[in-house]
Amino acid sequence: MENQTIISAQGVNFWYGDYHALRDISLDMEAHTVTAFIGPSGCGKSTFLRLLNRMNDLVDGARLEGRILIEGEDIYARGVMVDELRKRVGMVFQKPNPFPKTIFENIAYGLRVNGVRDKAFIESRVEESLKGAALWGEVKDKLKKPAFELSGGQQQRLCIARALAVQPSILLMDEPASALDPISTSKIEELIYELKTEYTIVIVTHNMQQAARVSDRTAFFYLGELIEYDETKKIFLNPEKAQTQNYITGRFG
Amino acid sequence: MSTLINTKYDRRKRRTQGIAFWVFRLMSLAVVAILVWILGFLVVKGIGVVNWEFLTSMPEDGMTKGGILPAIVGTLCLVAGSMVFAFPIGVMSGIYINEYAPNNWLVKFIRVMTNNLSSIPSIVFGLFGMALFVNTLGFGDSILAGSLTLGLLVLPVVIRTTEEALKAIDNSYRNASLALGATKLQTIRKVVLPMAFPNIITGLILSVGRVSGETAPILFTVAAYFLPKLPTSIFDQVMALPYHLYVLATSGTDIQASRPMAYGTALVLILIVLLINLLANGLRAWFGKKVKTN
Repeated sequence: MENQTIISAQGVNFWYGDYHALRDISLDMEAHTVTAFIGPSGCGKSTFLRLLNRMNDLVDGARLEGRILIEGEDIYARGVMVDELRKRVGMVFQKPNPFPKTIFENIAYGLRVNGVRDKAFIESRVEESLKGAALWGEVKDKLKKPAFELSGGQQQRLCIARALAVQPSILLMDEPASALDPISTSKIEELIYELKTEYTIVIVTHNMQQAARVSDRTAFFYLGELIEYDETKKIFLNPEKAQTQNYITGRFG
Repeated sequence: MSTLINTKYDRRKRRTQGIAFWVFRLMSLAVVAILVWILGFLVVKGIGVVNWEFLTSMPEDGMTKGGILPAIVGTLCLVAGSMVFAFPIGVMSGIYINEYAPNNWLVKFIRVMTNNLSSIPSIVFGLFGMALFVNTLGFGDSILAGSLTLGLLVLPVVIRTTEEALKAIDNSYRNASLALGATKLQTIRKVVLPMAFPNIITGLILSVGRVSGETAPILFTVAAYFLPKLPTSIFDQVMALPYHLYVLATSGTDIQASRPMAYGTALVLILIVLLINLLANGLRAWFGKKVKTN
């Protein structure tokens, strides 16, 4: 599995209406790695993340040039089934957003909308997913309770479990810990470290230390351009570009 | 020498606050008082004639005696009939406008038109209903024609409340569902609608109140002046409470003698609306609870 490219962006330009949000982005990400996107607000890192599971399709006036390949397939090619793509590329959002359903039904949702009816299968997948998100021990006795009764950090891990249940190969995380307290944050970070054995993870974060702690490679975005993309160690210890250096040392941003 | 204390200014400010507060309080009390007055008036004047016989028998002696059963049944038929038309159509167009429609001139036009629709006087709906349903489509004076006319009248209310109810659902729920590979329709059916349903029911409550009280739209489309029998099909004419009330109060055979019957009819009409509202509220609460624990 070493050095196997799973996500490949090739000359990606992206517009919201007239606004040129991403300029000529090309980068490859390898399977079973954690890639962090960093950069100041409005630099395009979240936009780029949302291109990877076509969530930007929902925005009026969005337009893309270039190609994005996931597992070798052009995801913007004609005839691509977006819901199938999203099963392969899961997403965890900034704010925990469990459905107003029970803990169990939250996890089962992704299976049910994909036509799974087998009760025993759903039950075992729910357990598996909750274990995968390091939440099983805390909720195994209250699966029938509303998800809203969980704490913020638990809700976010529930959202991760919910994404895992449909067995994606890639997990996109859009500032998954920015709404959480430090203890919940470190739990999420530990989780990311464990998850990368099975999933490829792309994480957008404003937290420089977090990027340094969890990621293998880091991409620095600025004003819609990919300034530098390299091993995280290199980016943080010995960046090539002055802009990168300035940003990670907090001189602007 | 504190600068925080300025007795003169302070006293004046407090007095203004106090007066404002009392004005607001009096106004809201006045509203309640008027409502209580109306209700009390109707109860006092009407309770004398309202009994089991009044509710379950036909009008007699030129509507000065007997009951109002056909009018009660007629109004219930019209409420049910108009909801059968207005609720699904209104909810579906509300869903289209809020969830599917692109933000273009057509949709803006639809929105403006639905708003305008709700400001058309109800007598105009009545005339339109007569022209279209009674004459052109040949339904005659019938429950069908009356229900369709009333349905049109409340359609904007249903559409608007559906739209508002959907708008209140945070986009993060839609995104979460779509990101799991759910289709848009699945997202609407399994996530958005259940969350919005309690508020959509509010639209239903408002419409039921409106429909059961309207007189003008049914005047030329369904309402009978005097028809002492129960309807057997949707092509029958019926009596209806608001129109019956109007007849008893202004154009009965003996207005003085039928006055108590009029008050009784008004009381029954209000009680029916109240009952339906309570029922819908119960439904709303039940759905709200179901959504949270499902």
